[in-house]
Order: sequence, then C-alpha cells, then structure tokens
Amino acid sequence: MTKPRFLASIAAGLLIGGVAAAFAVVWRPAISAIEPPVPQSFDTALVKRGRDLAAIGNCNDCHTLRGGKAFAGGLPVPTPFGTIYSSNITPDPDTGIGRWSEAAFRRAMRSGIDRAGQHLYPTFPYDHFTNVTDEDDRALYAFLMTRPAVHAPARANELSFPLNQRFVVAGWKLLFLRRETYQPDSAQSAEWNRGAYLVEGLAHCGACHTPRNALGAERTSAPFSGGDVDNWHAYAINARSPSPVPWDTEALFSYLRQGWHPDHGVARGPMAEVVSNLSSVQASDVHAVAVYMTSVFGPPTPDRLRQARDLRMQIKSPQGRSSQTNTAGASIYAAACATCHDIDRPPPYGGVNLGLTTAISAPDPRNAANIVLSGIRPVEGERSPIMPGFASSMTDQQIAALLSYLRARFSNQPAWANIEKAVQDARRTETVYLQTSPGPHNAPADLMQRDKP
Amino acid sequence: MMNLKVNGHDHQIDAEPDTPLLYVLREDLKLNAAKFGCGLGQCGSCTVIVDGKAVLSCVTPLLLLEGKQVTTLEGLGTISTPAPIQRAFMEEQAAQCGYCIAGMMMRAQALLQRNPKPTDAQIRAELEPHLCRCGTHMRILRAVHRAAHLMDTAELSPATPGSAR
Repeated sequence: MTKPRFLASIAAGLLIGGVAAAFAVVWRPAISAIEPPVPQSFDTALVKRGRDLAAIGNCNDCHTLRGGKAFAGGLPVPTPFGTIYSSNITPDPDTGIGRWSEAAFRRAMRSGIDRAGQHLYPTFPYDHFTNVTDEDDRALYAFLMTRPAVHAPARANELSFPLNQRFVVAGWKLLFLRRETYQPDSAQSAEWNRGAYLVEGLAHCGACHTPRNALGAERTSAPFSGGDVDNWHAYAINARSPSPVPWDTEALFSYLRQGWHPDHGVARGPMAEVVSNLSSVQASDVHAVAVYMTSVFGPPTPDRLRQARDLRMQIKSPQGRSSQTNTAGASIYAAACATCHDIDRPPPYGGVNLGLTTAISAPDPRNAANIVLSGIRPVEGERSPIMPGFASSMTDQQIAALLSYLRARFSNQPAWANIEKAVQDARRTETVYLQTSPGPHNAPADLMQRDKP
Repeated sequence: MMNLKVNGHDHQIDAEPDTPLLYVLREDLKLNAAKFGCGLGQCGSCTVIVDGKAVLSCVTPLLLLEGKQVTTLEGLGTISTPAPIQRAFMEEQAAQCGYCIAGMMMRAQALLQRNPKPTDAQIRAELEPHLCRCGTHMRILRAVHRAAHLMDTAELSPATPGSAR
C-alpha cells in the first residue's frame, strides 16, 4: 500500500465513522402510531391528577393561542433565533397527538423527540421535563388524551438555515441536555423535596428565571439569577433578588396562590398566567414550591433585613427622598399614581406602595414600563388588583420622566439608563401583544373538567 | 396659566399642573358630561377623547395635555342635533341611571373612529374598563352597532345634521 492510498483509507474510515457517529447522535426511530384511545379507557382519578400537573407545568400558556381552543397550539414564541410556533397537543389524530402512545409521549417529555423521531426545539422545556417521573407523565398523557380533539395543523417555524434543520437540535442536546432525573435529597424534608421536584421539573421555573447562554441553553452556573421572556424581565429569585423586602415562605405561597402580595406587588405578564394556573391546584403543592424556593433565595442577610425594616418605617411616616428636580415626573405621580399608590387603602383595591414593588428596584425599567402602559386587568370573578393603563394619555417621554422619578424616589438603586428606549420598546411589543390577544385568558383548562374529567 | 384646547376652543386655565383634567372640565369649564366615579381610573365614567384616543380624565394631569385636543361628549353633538353615537344610545334606550353612559359613549366613539365596523367581541373588549351597575350592557352593545351603521350612512350624505367626527 502506498502512502497516499493509506492516508486516503484512513480519511475514508474517519469519514464513515464520523457519519455513523453523527447518525447515532441524530437519528431516532419513529414509534408506531396507535389507534387513538377512547377517553373512557383512562382512569378518572389519573386524568384528574394529570389536570393539576398540567396546570403546574403551565402547558396551556404556550400551547393555547389567546382566545383559541385549549391546547391546540399555534402560539408564536419569539426567540433570539427566530419564531417557533407551539404544537397541537390535543388528541386530534392528524394534527395533534392522537396517534401517540404513552411511550411516545414520555420520550417527547424526556428527550425532546416527537413520535415520528424528529428532534423538537428546546422552546419545549424538556431539559426540565427529564425530571418528571413515569407516573406523572402517565397522568399528563391521560389528561391530554381526554381533552377535546382540535384539528389545527402546525404552523411552520420561522428559523433560518441551519437552525431550521432539526438535526442541529441533536448537537444542542449533546451539549446541554442532562438526562438524569431528579434525585431526592434525604437531608431535606419531604415537602422541600416535593417542591424541588416540581420547580426543577414540570414547573420549569428556570426556563424564564435562569439566564440563557448564546446558544439558548440555561446557564447552569447561574441558576435563578434572572432571565428574559417576551419583553419582560423574569427577576432573580435567588440571593440576587431585587425585591426590597426579602421573600419568605408564606409570602411566596400567598403570591403564587393569589397573584399578588402586599409586600411585593402583583404578578403580571407571563407570571400572571403562571399564578392563574397555580391558583387552581392543590395548596400543598404550591406550598412545597414556596418551601423549596425559600431555600433557593437563601436566608436574607442582616443588612437586607435592616433595609426592609427601615423601608417599612419610612412608608409609615413618609418623608425625605422626595426632594427632586424632576417636577414633571412628580406632577404625573401626584395626579396619576398617588391616588391609589400613596393612600392607606391596602391592596388589592389600593395600589402597592411603590417602595415595596420589585419593578421599581429591578435592574432595568422594562417591567415598570410595560405596566404603566397597559395597566393591570382584574381577574374575572376574583378579588384582584386593577390598574388603568396610560398608553393613550402619556408620551414615551412623559412615561420616562415618571419612571425616572419613581426610581429616584422609591428605590435606593442607581438611576436606570436609557429609560425612553425601554418605553419605546415596551410600547411596540405591547401593541403587538394587544393585537394578537382579543381577550384575557386565565382558565387553565376547561374548569368544568376538574370535577368531571 | 396653561392653554387647554377643548372641543375646538382654546381656554386659559389657571390651575396646578398636577390637577386632573376631569376637575378642570367640570369645575372651570362647566362641562359636566364626564363624571366623577371612582377618581382612581377604575370605572370609566370620566372618559374623554384626547387626540383620538379614549383617556380617563380623572387620572390625567393637566400637564400631559399641552398641545393636545380634548373632546368631551358636549363636543360631539347637541340636544337638537345629536351625534350618531348619541342618537344611537337614545334610540336603543341604552341608559338607565346614565352615570356611566357619557364615558361609554366616548370610548365607543374613539373605537368607531379607529374601526368603523367593530365586531361584538371587539366592542366588548374595548368597553371592558367601563362599569355599569344598572345592567344595560346588551343595549349598550346594540347602540354601538347602531352608531356604526349611522356613521356609515351619514358619510354617504354629508349634509345630515350631527355628522360629527
């Protein structure tokens, strides 16, 4: 054998080996289609459990178009890489998951592969769902397969090459998908473990609250340090939390359950959907989440506790900090905000004192801008906070003046930069949001299904 | 002193910049269509139109209105020549106590200027911030549809009295 020919055969060998290895990484078999199971074949208790689990997983939030049929998909999810449309997870045989076996469903949850063997984009948070137990996947499957089937073909994703090639996702998984399932920590209480299982798994809190790297994967070195979702900032929910008053278990429980807390403010934007779902599940699960998250926040430092105490004193006898030259901001606050936010009436009918709300102490003004523009809609049939939006009566410049006044008066953090730009962005995205959502939707599923699965 | 343009007229207003527009309209200009309901921007009865958009006048300080056009219900039509929106609300008997109706009409007017043929769902979504305790909601819905129709036909014959825009 001559030398060049020897090298060529090595190259050929490497190439074949490489192709085989790539094939092994990328290729996944289809799982045979089944006859759609009849709803009566599922145990009602299992369906009921699946219903609560689906609410904890916030499935309806992405898989239901605003004003559309439940779980029929089609919601555009903007990502830095392009727009991905959520899929139809109703039991429709042609456009949904009607022909998926439980094994196919479990594989999708655990490793992001659809029934036909295609890789799913990680906007579907299977990096968390690997932690979901077989029993819980079975209950979720039973719940989804007993929903009304909706014929709704998938919309084509708007991704550019090479990201529009699904085999690329296999590489992403190789780098970022840890396939081990959640292991309980025997040093902790059963409730803590239940909370950890839910938070790290089905509830996928980190999907929004953990920052992502350049390839869109959660940065495991900075869990819960704050992330971005739509045009909202998902606050840090660890020791770096910007909340002026430190969170404790009872505050977390009450906030996650009713959507607001007098010491912290109101759940808005994507978090409003989350608490709307959590208000409908077993209280014990929400409490477990609160217990676990309290340990993620960690015990507050003496310094933070002192600041919180000072803040409460200051709210009781307000003075100081208001000597500002921002007269436009002060006047707008006096006429448009103070009538609710600066009175003795407690929330939800009075506004949360702005010294307590996280939005004003947050690292950027996005959430505050969103809320000034669009206000807060009351939850139908509930005793809940309400705030008018000011998009029609204030210009970007006026809102920027107001926000800069609020920041200076109600937080001890440095001034925000580029407030006006943030307001412009908020107005632009909020306009899109209002156009694509004819009405609020807060029902986690057909609530009637709860008692009659 | 600040110049405030209301219903096409300029007014010199002597008030603090943080005075709510509603107070100026009712107390200084004696325009009493816009009502004080909650004073918190939660009921909608104080709604007026500012540069084409429905605005809650009780939480809108005067300083935000520099160089803007304010329209109140009085600016749409008169008793003898009511505007289409006013005619429609009368013809459908959409008011019972009437306290919320001026605000309802102003937001409906702003909607119709933007969208001359709104669907039922669009009208419901638009009027969601308005409270009505009497329960004439279905009549209000019909009245907005009727107003849309009246405006449509009024445009065909511009001489019709009360064809306010």
